[in-house]
Parts: sequence; structure tokens; C-alpha cells
Amino acid sequence: MLTFVVRRLLLAVPVLLGVVFVVMLTIDLLPGDAVTLMLGEHATKDAVAALREHLGLDKPFAVRYVDYVGRLVRGDLGRSIQQNRPVAIELADAWPATLQLTVAALLLAAVVGIVAGVVSAVWPNSLFDAVARLASLFGLSMPIFWTGLVLIVIFSLWLRWLPVGGAGSLSHLVLPAITLALPSVAMVSRMTRSAVLDVLGEDYVRTARAKGVGEAWVLGKHALRNAFIPILTLLGLQSGQLMGGAVLTETVFAWPGLGRLMVKAIFARDYVLLQGAVLVFALAFVVINLLVDLSYGLLDPRVGRQG
Amino acid sequence: MSAWARFRRNRLALLGLALVAVLAVSAALAPWLAPLDPARQSLIEKRATPGAKYVLGADEFGRDILSRVIYGSRVALLVGVLSMLIALAGGLLLGTVAGFIGGWLDAVLMRGVEILLAFPYLLLALAIVAMLGPGVLNTTIAVGIWGVPAVTRIVRGSVLALREAEYVGAARALGSPGGALLRRHILPNVLPGLIVYATLFMANAILLEAALSFLGLGVQPPTASWGLMVSTGRDVLLVAPHVATVPGLAIMLAVLAFNLVGDGLRDALDPRLRGAA
Repeated sequence: MLTFVVRRLLLAVPVLLGVVFVVMLTIDLLPGDAVTLMLGEHATKDAVAALREHLGLDKPFAVRYVDYVGRLVRGDLGRSIQQNRPVAIELADAWPATLQLTVAALLLAAVVGIVAGVVSAVWPNSLFDAVARLASLFGLSMPIFWTGLVLIVIFSLWLRWLPVGGAGSLSHLVLPAITLALPSVAMVSRMTRSAVLDVLGEDYVRTARAKGVGEAWVLGKHALRNAFIPILTLLGLQSGQLMGGAVLTETVFAWPGLGRLMVKAIFARDYVLLQGAVLVFALAFVVINLLVDLSYGLLDPRVGRQG
Repeated sequence: MSAWARFRRNRLALLGLALVAVLAVSAALAPWLAPLDPARQSLIEKRATPGAKYVLGADEFGRDILSRVIYGSRVALLVGVLSMLIALAGGLLLGTVAGFIGGWLDAVLMRGVEILLAFPYLLLALAIVAMLGPGVLNTTIAVGIWGVPAVTRIVRGSVLALREAEYVGAARALGSPGGALLRRHILPNVLPGLIVYATLFMANAILLEAALSFLGLGVQPPTASWGLMVSTGRDVLLVAPHVATVPGLAIMLAVLAFNLVGDGLRDALDPRLRGAA
């Protein structure tokens, strides 16, 4: 098990290096030139060249990549082009808001989704199942930027219960967290339902029932334990969806997090800031999926031995 | 009972199929169905509320929302179908290779997949769109490529699980060669789940196109795209909520249609799960 953990940790390093590579490559291919954009259309050629050199953009891609990774190891993410502040500080300012939003949404998704899915699977085609499935269909079908706007109209403009946007108090968190969580709640409950139903149709469950094992034990020991592997995989993947969804949610609710910072960086072609923001998201996502992978070993002893 | 017979008995799935048909007809016959030219502006009638002339109202530029919603179905369907094909083709190939052959090839492919999956989903599609430039075709390619790693991971996961299944081991012990194992025992059991995923993907592709267009990085004006319409309506949300909400409803119905069909397909293809207790 320990070698499995160490191996997975070591495998995360090339993933992060790959992420940096892909980000730098795509930004390298962006049509607009950050420098021209910064200095305006009327900048002299000399000024553009000087700034390019200052930012290191005159060097070949491979050199810039090695430079960036080298500085990264020392914790230096560079300075943002627009604000000319250390990127690490800009990210540190925005990160807590996004963490708060995504964790709240992930908890909502996991708790509501798993409970609804298990109840649906245990009593398939019941009234609860029908209502939950219909609700999850709508949850999956609503674009979150639109859900956010509709929730604003209902709860902020008509009922005046909750603020339109911004951050600060718990009441500011309610609408963005629900907006962000809805598709994941739906996804998790659907997946849980079908995973539990899958397992309940397995021969070993029939065998357990045939030998007289109680229904609660069948569900807890045989069904849920096996169903949790696909559910965990989904939750790991959903955390990435939530971070991506945060980009939209934060835009709609003026939530001062990484997502909004990233959108601003994209439109301003502030590639230094963009690289840093993507890297933080990617790091979080890799760590979460690492934990998911490691938990397979706890749930299914066969995995640890194979790895 | 055949899969179609089971599908036909599922009323929600039929409703989904009907909605998909409406969507397809609307996309195919948009010029004949739209009451007005979707690009015609009438600034004195801007933000007109739903009524006799503008059934669903008019937007910020006085353009007929109903006509634009009808034309928007073309963009949604085109991007959805084509990107799904890109994602399935890529994911099925890579996932089968990784899961069945295994070894270093699996390790390399899955690290690549992990790198692409390590991007928050909007950003990968967004980076590709930025690379290719905005527009309908480039948005399609971006959404399709965005789908490949997830499909690869799913296919590889089920191939891996099935490869270790007892009945596959039995077939192998009986001397079944690799190709036959894949064709007869593994892929047939991967596909039903994948068809359901493909339908879900259609839904996601429509959502992603809408999201990219909402952010201003996907389909560009004056093309009628639902996401773009919500974005335009957002600016006048407080004075004219219908401008943003009506196109959003169209997105929801289109996505709902594919989700309903996907559910129906799942139940029809794997009847064990329906009513199983």
C-alpha cells in the first residue's frame, strides 16, 4: 500500500509539468499579442521589443518553459502583467473565496446526491424515485449561468431575501453555492442510483439474499461498498467540473474568486496570471483525484495489490 | 421484448424523443418556421414584451426572440452532434487501447488524459477556442476535444474491469484470441453504458457551447446562439427579464430532451436495471 501511495505521488509530478506545458503552449498560440495589447496600438516598435525582452518573450519556447518551471520550484509565479503584482499574492487573495464556494457546492452535491440516489435505488419506481429523477433531470439540464440569473430574479429581486452578488457573509454564499452545486447534485444522484442498482442486480447480492442475509446488511456491506467506487470517481471528476463551473458562477454573482480572476486574465491576455490561476486549479484537482485513487485501495483490496 | 419495444413503453423517453424531433425540425426548417428575420433590428421596439408581433418578445436590439431561438437550435444541434462524434471516436480508440493493451502505453495515455482532465472543463475548451479563434466550427472542435479524455477514461475503466471479469478469464482460458475477446466479450458490454454517456454528452456539449458563448468566447454575434442571447439579456435582466430567460429555457429543453432519451436508452438496453429491486 505504501509503495502504491508513493508511486501515485510521483506520477502526479509529470501531470503538473504537463499542465504547465499545455497552458504555455496554448497561450503561445493565442492570436493576440499581450505586449501590443498592453502598450496600445500606437506603441513604437522599440518599446514593444523592450517589453518583450523584459518579459522574456523573445526567448524560445523551450527556454521559457524550463525557466518557468525552475522559478515555480522556488515558489515564484512571476508578476502579473496588468497589475504588476506578484501572481502568488493575487492568487492568494482570490483563492479562499473559490475554496469556500467549491467546498460548499461539493458538500451539497455529495450529501444530497448520494442520499437521494441511494433512496431512489432502494425503492425504484416509487414516488420519491420519480420526483428525484425528474428533479435531477432538470438539475442536469439547466445551464448554471442561467440558473444563477433566475435565482437572482426570484430571491434577490422579487423576494429580496438574499443579496444579488458579492461576498462577505453567509447569505452571499447561499445562491452561488446552490447554483454551482445543482448539476453535480443531479449527476451524483443519478450515478449513485444506477451504481447501487447495478450492484443490487449482481449475483453475489442474490447469493447474499438467498443465504438469508438481512436487507440492511446487503445494502451496507455488499451494495454500497461496491457502488462507492464509481461514485467516488464521479465526485473526483465533479470537483473539476465545480472548479470550471466556478468560472461561470463567479462571473454571474461577482464572486471575488479565482474563476473571475481567470476570466479577467483571459480577456486582458495577462498570461502570467492565467498560468498561475490554471496551475492552482490543476494542483487542487490532481490532489483530489489522488485522494480518490488512494481511497480505492481502502474500499477494494484488489486495487492496492495491482498498483 | 426488443429494446425499441421497451423504449416505446417509457413515456418520458418518448417525450424526450419528441423534443429532439422538434429540435431537429426547427433546425432543419428554421427559415420557414421563423416568423421574422432573426437579424432584423428595430430599435424603437427594443425589449418589447411578448405579444402579438413578437411572440416571445424582442431583445435589446429589437430582434425577434422566437426567430432567434429557432435559428439558435441549428447552432446547438450542429455543435452537439459533431462534437459528440469527435469525443466518441477519440475516446473509444484511446480508451480501448489503454485498457486492453495496458503496460507502458496505458501509463503514457492515462498520464496524457490526466493532464487534460486536470483543467477545469471550461478552461481547456476555452484555451482551444482561443487557439483556433471563435466561431461555430472552432467551438465544435473545442467541445469535442474537451470530451475525449473523459470518454477515454470511462472506456478504459470498463475495459479494465471487464478484462478481469471471470467470464472473460474463462473465454481466455478456452483459447479465445485477444481480438475476439475484445469484440465478443468486452466491447459489447462497454457500449450500452457509452450510448447513455454519448446522450449525456450531447446535453453537456450544448451546455458548454452555451457557456463559452455566454462568456463571449464561443459563437460570435450576429449568429443566433442561445448562450450569447442569455449573455445579451443579462445586461437588461432587471428591466426585461424575458430577454435572458427565454433563450435559457430553450437550452434547458434541448438538454432535457437528450437526458430523457439517454435515460430511456439505458433502461431499454439494460432491462435488468428497470424495476430491479
